Amino acid sequence: MIKVEHLTKCYGDFMAVEDLSFEIDEGHVYGFLGPNGAGKSTTMNIMTGCLSATEGKVTIGGCDIFEQPQQAKRMVGYLPEQPPLYMNETPVEYLRFVGSAKGLKGKELKEQVEMVIQKTKIEDVKNRLISALSKGYKQRVGIAQALIGNPNVIILDEPTVGLDPIQIIEIRDLIRQLGQDHTVILSSHILSEVQAICEKVLIISKGKLAAFDAPENLEKLLLSQNGVSFMTEAGQEEVEEIMAKMEQVTDWSSKVQEDGTVRVSARMKSGDLRGFCRQIFFAFAAKERAVLEMTSKRANLEDVFIELTEDTAAGSAAVENETESKAENKEVSES
Amino acid sequence: MTAVLKHELSGYFHSLTAYIFSAFLLAFVGIGAMLYNIQSAVANFEYVLSFVCLGFVIVIPILTMRVIAEEKKQKTDQLLYSLPIKTSEVVAGKYLALLLVFLAPLCIVCVYPLIFAQYGEVYLLTSYGSLFAFFLLGAALIAIGVFISSLTENQGFAAGITIPVILLNYYSVSLAEHVTATAFGSFAALCVFAVVIGVVIRFLTQNENLAYGISILLIIILGVAYFVDSAKFEGLLPDIMTKLSLFERFYSFVNGVFDLTAIVYYVTVIIFFLFLSVQSLEKRRYN
Repeated sequence: MIKVEHLTKCYGDFMAVEDLSFEIDEGHVYGFLGPNGAGKSTTMNIMTGCLSATEGKVTIGGCDIFEQPQQAKRMVGYLPEQPPLYMNETPVEYLRFVGSAKGLKGKELKEQVEMVIQKTKIEDVKNRLISALSKGYKQRVGIAQALIGNPNVIILDEPTVGLDPIQIIEIRDLIRQLGQDHTVILSSHILSEVQAICEKVLIISKGKLAAFDAPENLEKLLLSQNGVSFMTEAGQEEVEEIMAKMEQVTDWSSKVQEDGTVRVSARMKSGDLRGFCRQIFFAFAAKERAVLEMTSKRANLEDVFIELTEDTAAGSAAVENETESKAENKEVSES
Repeated sequence: MTAVLKHELSGYFHSLTAYIFSAFLLAFVGIGAMLYNIQSAVANFEYVLSFVCLGFVIVIPILTMRVIAEEKKQKTDQLLYSLPIKTSEVVAGKYLALLLVFLAPLCIVCVYPLIFAQYGEVYLLTSYGSLFAFFLLGAALIAIGVFISSLTENQGFAAGITIPVILLNYYSVSLAEHVTATAFGSFAALCVFAVVIGVVIRFLTQNENLAYGISILLIIILGVAYFVDSAKFEGLLPDIMTKLSLFERFYSFVNGVFDLTAIVYYVTVIIFFLFLSVQSLEKRRYN
């Protein structure tokens, strides 16, 4: 459906996108993932014809976006980072304008406007001024604008930024629905979001494609990260004794808690994580020491992301700290 | 294009812009008609128009300041870029909408000479000829305003530039009498002009080499021409200033001459500035 070949964009000396190539098939939800300034918006702007490329080619449904912009743009609905809304209009007036600019007329235009209003659930506010709408509704009007004319491809640049949690869930549901009969591409720097809705993920780092795969497969990339964290009533020496006998363990660390229990986190070589957990459990059980809590830690998209987009030591250290604290939170909530 | 045209028109008539513009223009014409036709009892409606055309300094910026600047500020220009319409269609649609807004109060003004004709002899041909030229003059100034609005995302800045530009054009003939008429003076002024062109090109293309290259090339050409035949430069600057004046050409209509070259000149100015506006919008795609 969309083919991006050797795309390069320079702003003066700065390379925003460098030799980016990928292909997108019809009818999936794709996620563009990358830290701020990675070139996500630039790539999307080029794909929708809002920006020229320094080099490279983008074809949408066989039409070159630079050479046949009209035909190519007809197949794309685009919601930029900041929804392009005319504040002194009502959603209906605004959608009519966008529809007629996309070449719709008369009855067809009316039907399309009605349809996108229903799809994005903005029926209640359709005759209010856009300037008076909440951010969530503005975002919906922006999405409605992208949907009008029934384009094959819908490109959404950070569609959930700045929304409250309920609005985020609603917008995600909407995107999932759209994915059933459109190709949807969305960008985000929120990993959980991409993990939750996208069938395939493109990770972009410093203007280059770092990875392109399904989220599950990306996680498998980092199997060596598999680890277990557990809490036991055994003392420090006993733990050392037991852990020394474990063959699969690559490295481990332990910490004595205030209440006398010991918290251990261990990493294993690739292999059966469940089996490893059993081994630990029975090793402690044999010594009549209870394992009070155990969490298996799979590599998640977050780890893949950090691994792939790591640039400076300082930067990555900061992110790692953050993920560690997040991991801890997860454990706490699970226990 | 029709989509943009309709959208712009509904925008103007939904907001106060069209009404304020019409009110200003009609007030100016009303004051003029009062002074000339009623108090001084002159039967020439064209004099009113020549009086009113100074009002363009205020009414044109009111009309044009937000036309493109506002799109940039609200980031709605992204929408226009991503829609399947050409930039030239966007500019044409916006410009036509402005012309229609400008035409609305003029339709009312068109009735005035007929009313006056009820009470005496009015030179209707000259009146309507001047009205036509008045419309073209306004249309040319609107095109300049659209271009200035496309350069910035700040409405106030757009208006702040449009006002002195129109004012300068209005007074360029009177100023021409006071500027230097010597050959060297003209040469120096043209060199400054060449540098200004370079700066504008640099702003539009972000290409320093091209901009300064053109400037230097122009200055070299001027220099060579000056040393070959400096007599040609005698009185050139005031001459150019008079020729460039949009208002000066309008006065020949007021004097009863239907000047075709003036019409060609106005149309050329309109096309030139609309072309520049399209380039200015396209530039953002290539920045």
